[in-house]
Order: sequence, then structure tokens, then C-alpha cells
Amino acid sequence: MSMTTVGLAHYLVVSVVLLCLGLYCVLTRRNAIGVLMGIELILNSAGINFVAVSRYGSAGFDGQVFAVFIIMLAAAESAIGLAVVLGIYRRMRAIDTSRLTTLQG
Amino acid sequence: MDLSNADSLAYHVPELVLAGGSIVVLLLDLFTRLKARLGEVALLVVATSVLAVGFGAGADQGYLFNRMVALDSFALFFKLLLGFAALGAIWMSTGSRELDGEHPGEYYSILLASTVGMFYMASATNLLTAYLALEFVSLTSYILAGFLRHRARGAEASLKYLIYGGVASGAMLYGFSLLYALTGTLDFIELGHRLSTVAAVPGNGAILFIAVVLSLAGIGYKIAMVPFHQWSPDVYEGAPLPITAFLAVGSKAAGMALLIRFFYPALSSPAGDGTWIALHGVGWPALMSVVAMATMTVGNLTALRQQNVKRLLAYSSIAHAGYMLMGFVVLSDAGLRAILFYTVVYYLMNLGAFAVLLLVVNQTGREDIEAFRGLAWRGGAPAAIAMLIFLFSLAGLPPFAGFIGKAYLFAAVIEQKMWLLAFVAAANSVVGLYYYARVARAMFLDQPLAGDPEIAVDLSNGLLIGMLLAGTLVFGLWWTPIVNFADRSLVFFGN
Repeated sequence: MSMTTVGLAHYLVVSVVLLCLGLYCVLTRRNAIGVLMGIELILNSAGINFVAVSRYGSAGFDGQVFAVFIIMLAAAESAIGLAVVLGIYRRMRAIDTSRLTTLQG
Repeated sequence: MDLSNADSLAYHVPELVLAGGSIVVLLLDLFTRLKARLGEVALLVVATSVLAVGFGAGADQGYLFNRMVALDSFALFFKLLLGFAALGAIWMSTGSRELDGEHPGEYYSILLASTVGMFYMASATNLLTAYLALEFVSLTSYILAGFLRHRARGAEASLKYLIYGGVASGAMLYGFSLLYALTGTLDFIELGHRLSTVAAVPGNGAILFIAVVLSLAGIGYKIAMVPFHQWSPDVYEGAPLPITAFLAVGSKAAGMALLIRFFYPALSSPAGDGTWIALHGVGWPALMSVVAMATMTVGNLTALRQQNVKRLLAYSSIAHAGYMLMGFVVLSDAGLRAILFYTVVYYLMNLGAFAVLLLVVNQTGREDIEAFRGLAWRGGAPAAIAMLIFLFSLAGLPPFAGFIGKAYLFAAVIEQKMWLLAFVAAANSVVGLYYYARVARAMFLDQPLAGDPEIAVDLSNGLLIGMLLAGTLVFGLWWTPIVNFADRSLVFFGN
């Protein structure tokens, strides 16, 4: 594959980068919304893989369908995540995950 | 049998009943004044669904919805178990004081929806259905775990669950996408066929290994397997008690079902003599054997220093996941049968322990070991004796069902000559005995203090504890029917 045309390998590299950024975000962010955004990045990195493989491989349409489901469920997960964060904000006036230390041991 | 969408519906009654029931409960809550009776309605819905599962026994086996969902004995076994887990959780919810006046409509509706998700986890035969089912159970569990919004612990538990769960399912998805990239298929069986050629190509081994480990994160997190277990003690402690019991029993059994279905048909193949051969070049049995040992050890050692009984049972359930994984790594039908048998036994004794805890929490408002102080001497003698039997069964002492369950697991491990695993599990059982005995000692040997309230056994909780106790005792002495049923249930995809 020449470097001038965009192929499967390029998409896979982007998705790996996105996965790493997502994991980094989840591990370093103290802000709960930031952590949720990191999770979103991880989900989308997998989505890129599915679409790219489906487009460039001989695998048919399954991957594309899978990606649509990922987008849908990511939205559902964000909705619940934000509701939970909102509940915590109402109670503690903060969404700093390092302050959630009632449950330990 | 490989049915299309419309033809599949006739074989899909249990799920349809549950999904319909979930909506009906919500509507009843909105439009009628039945709020106090919604628990009974939910109970009726699950009972109908379980009956529908039961009537499906012996029917044709095969695939539904164009090979998205399996209709086989294995799925039937787990659907029955999960149905009973839901029945237990709803029963406990109706008698729980902490849930009084807490939006029963939403609560039971989401609980029923969660059960549907677990049914699909037990019958998924495709990476897409597996992901959807897992995520469905996760999303509903996040809400249920934080259902007591006025409690700080509930909200914290919910957020921790969500973050760990989100990362785990994201990692799993990435693993699935790698598997799809390697093979071009999402179907478990087809995956198994193609992976054997894919694994033989030099250089693919490493990617395949990464894909398997990542996929394991999502499923392993559901059964609280080390190192994906950190969420479980916090969530178990923060969630309402019936939900803790439901997650400990139902979620774990559903995760176990998906784990077996994914690893056995897709990542190993039957050798014909009752053993299985793992996919060449991935080495997942060795990995899982280390994980099993780590899971039981971490669970047991951390349980030792717990003061909160709910949290203690959470760590104990991590340890039990480790024991169940023993049957998973031996790659034999004997091991799988032992897991299936153990899930039944675990359901009886663990739900029983939670039911007694519910009784104490209802009347003292406390969950720590101190709340059990002198339980036998302040009106709670039947409950204390029941708890003792459940705890001894969890510890694996004869003549209770837990002993038989463990005996089958050990037998499967020793049959495959995995001495280290057997030794670690035996050592762990001794450690387990110590912390179960701590609760027992508090109940019988400690005397109640002047301010400790009387614990009376009410009819509803007493009936539930009685039934679970009967199971724990009867299957400790007469276990062949369950073992035979587990044996018959080892039929995947009608093969």
C-alpha cells in the first residue's frame, strides 16, 4: 500500500491512537465528565475499526451495522452517566471523582 | 433449525413476556393506584416467563433471528436460573424497608428489563448480540445500583459502576473489533472455524492474544474476576440489598454463561472424549488458571478484614467466581457441568445469606457484623440457624449443597491433574471458613447488648429463607437430579 492513498492500515492506526487517548483520559481525569468523554473515545475507536474493516475487507456489512449499534448505545450510556453525575453534583456540589471516597476497603 | 425473524417469535415467549411485563409495570404505575402491588405484578411476570422457559424444554434446538440468538439446552438452563434469581430479588424487594416509597414503577420495570438482558446474555451466539445483551444488563444495573438517590453511597456506587463498566465494555468492543478484523465474522461458531486458520499464520498470535484479553475484560467484569473486580465491593455495598443479591447471583451467572459460550465454541473445539482443545497459539487456559487463582485469593484475603456483612459477602462472591473459574480452565465437560451445578448451589446459599441480612437490615438499619451480635438470643434463632447453614454451605462444609458443588469442581480439576490450582483452592477454602465463622460467632457466641432490638422473622422473608434453606439442605444430600440436569444442559446450539 502506498503512503499516498488512505487504506485500512491508516484507519487502524487512528483507532489505536484514539483508544490510547481514551484510556489516558479515563486514567488521568479527575472530573467525572472528563472520564465519561474518555469512555466515549474508547467506544469510538472500536467503531472506527468495525467500519474500516467492513469497508476494506471482504467481511460484508456486519461491521457497519455494529458501528451503528455502538453509537446508539454510547448515547444511552452517556444519558445515564450524565444523570448519575448530575445526582452527585446536586448532593456534593462537585463532580471530582477523587472526592468519592465513602466506599472503601 | 435456523429460523428467520418472524418465525423466531413463537420460540421467544419468555423474553417477550418479560419485556412486555416491564412496560406493563411502568404503565400500571402511571395510570393506576396499584403502587403497593407492583412487586406482586413483577413477580407474576417473572413466574410466567419462567414457566414459559420450562415449557420450552425438550422443544427443537437451534438458532433464532438469523443466528443471532441460540435456542439450546444451555440457554434454557441459565434462563431458568436467571428467572429464579429475578424472582428472589423481587421477592426480597417487596419485603425491603429501604425501598419503601422509592418509585416502585421504575424500579420493577428496570429490574424486569435487566432480566431480559441476562436472558440474552445466556443465549447470545454472535458478537453483536453478546455486546448488546451485556450493555443492556450494564445500563440497567447502573440505574438499579444507584436507586436510593438520597444515599451518598448509592450515587457513588452508581458512578463507580458506570466508569468501570464503560471502560471494560469499551475494551471488550475493541477486542471484538480485532476479532472481526482477523476473521471477518461475528458469529461464534464461524469465528471458531476461521480462528484456527488465522491463529496458524505467524504474527497473528500476538494480535489474537490481545483481542482475547480485551474481550475478556468486558465479560470478566460482569463476573467480578480479578483484575476487573474493583467495582464490585463498592457497588454491592452502595446498592439496595435486593439489587446486591440480584447482581451477585444473576449478573454473575449470566456472565458465566456468556464466558462459556464465547470461549468454548469460539476459542476451543471439542476433542470428542469429553475434553476440549484450546485454540492453538493463544494460551487462554493458562492465563485463566492464573486469573482463577488470583480471583479466589484476592476475594478471600480481602473478605477477612471486612466489618460490613454486605461488603464481606461481596468479597466472598468474588472468591466464589474464582472457584467457578476452576471448572472453566480445565477444558472438560466435567468442569462445565461442575460450573453449572455450582451456579445453582451458589444461587441458593448466597441469596439465602442475603435474605437473612435483609431481615437484620430491615429491623436494625445496620449492615455490620455488630448488628448480628447475639442474633440467636434476641428472637432471631430460626434466622440465625438458617444463616449458619448458608454460611457453612458457602464455606463448603458437608453435608450442605456448597460442599457437593465444590467437590465437583475439585474433582474436575484433579481429573486434569492441575495440582497447583487444586492446592490454591483448598487453601482458600480454609481462609473462607475463617470469615464465615466470624459472622457465625457473632450470632451465637456473642451476647446481645441491652439496646439491641429484637429480630422477628416475618412471613414473607421467612418463606423465602425457608425455601432457599430447603434447597441448600436437600441438594446437599440428594444432588443427582441437578447434576443430571446440568449434564443434559451441556448441549450448545443443538449439536
